[in-house]
Amino acid sequence: MRIENSGSEVEDRGSSSGLTSLHAPRSSLLLKATAEDHHVARMAAVALGLTLLEGAIPSPLPGVKPGLANIVTLIVLARYGWRTAAWVSLLRVFAGSLLFGNFLTPGFFLSLSGALLSLLVLALAQHLPARWFGPVSHSIYAAFAHIAGQMAVVYLWLIPHAGIAYLIPIFAAAALVFGTVNGLLAARFMDNAESENNSASEKHT
Amino acid sequence: MGLQHIRIGDWLTLMLGSVCVVLLILKLWSGELADKAVIRSGGKVFREVSLARNQKIEVPGPLGISVIAVENRKARIASDPGPRQYCVRQGWLQQAGEIALCLPNQVSVELVGSHKRYDSLNY
Repeated sequence: MRIENSGSEVEDRGSSSGLTSLHAPRSSLLLKATAEDHHVARMAAVALGLTLLEGAIPSPLPGVKPGLANIVTLIVLARYGWRTAAWVSLLRVFAGSLLFGNFLTPGFFLSLSGALLSLLVLALAQHLPARWFGPVSHSIYAAFAHIAGQMAVVYLWLIPHAGIAYLIPIFAAAALVFGTVNGLLAARFMDNAESENNSASEKHT
Repeated sequence: MGLQHIRIGDWLTLMLGSVCVVLLILKLWSGELADKAVIRSGGKVFREVSLARNQKIEVPGPLGISVIAVENRKARIASDPGPRQYCVRQGWLQQAGEIALCLPNQVSVELVGSHKRYDSLNY
């Protein structure tokens, strides 16, 4: 993101006369969005859409969600790198919380801690040899990191009670299942997109 | 969704994840954590309380009243009229099979899980 301070120089001719200061300087802070910014915003919007979609799916246990938005994060990670994936993921958390009205509520901090820890783990997991480890691995590691971050917040802040230990196996199993499914979906999507783009021979790594 | 998307390392990750889940289930659902506390006074069961609810229980003994506190799935003897306070200083009990005895006042708290295990006192 480039911040351009166009026309903000105050014309300071004749500093002795105070009259010139009456003319308001044409100071406008322009935020020039680059093509990459637009791209990040588009991806975050797709992730938001998936979050919205997911909200319509009834869940047997509060907190057990497929995390479909993470498919977008995985694809962005594979194509544009970790930095862009972090932007998309965190934008999704912040914009999503504003959209759904839970900014700064416990639910927001749960998503934030989950997203932060998954990004941290993804930063490490992306260095796994690509020949053997694909999006499925990334997805599973990120899913486990996600629940670990959430359980940490739940235990340290919301419910400091040893009883939540009983729920950990459920969340872990859900992370394994949904992590695998999301990874497969991301891999399949990238396969499809790649075969479409093959003629254009446009390959990002 | 084809299996061709899963590479060798992914299978490894999947197996690792499954092992983690199984270990978590075994560790956290095996009933090792205590479910309730059995409070005895003078050798007879005074009360059996669930650890799910935080509470304080006053148990009368020959010397006076011992107070037992249950908090966060743990139990301890909060106060006791005994002279040496061993049972109070034992602190929180959490695992099934743990026991705190206040001999002078003949009060004890024992934690039990879903299935009773051998403990060093009975075995």
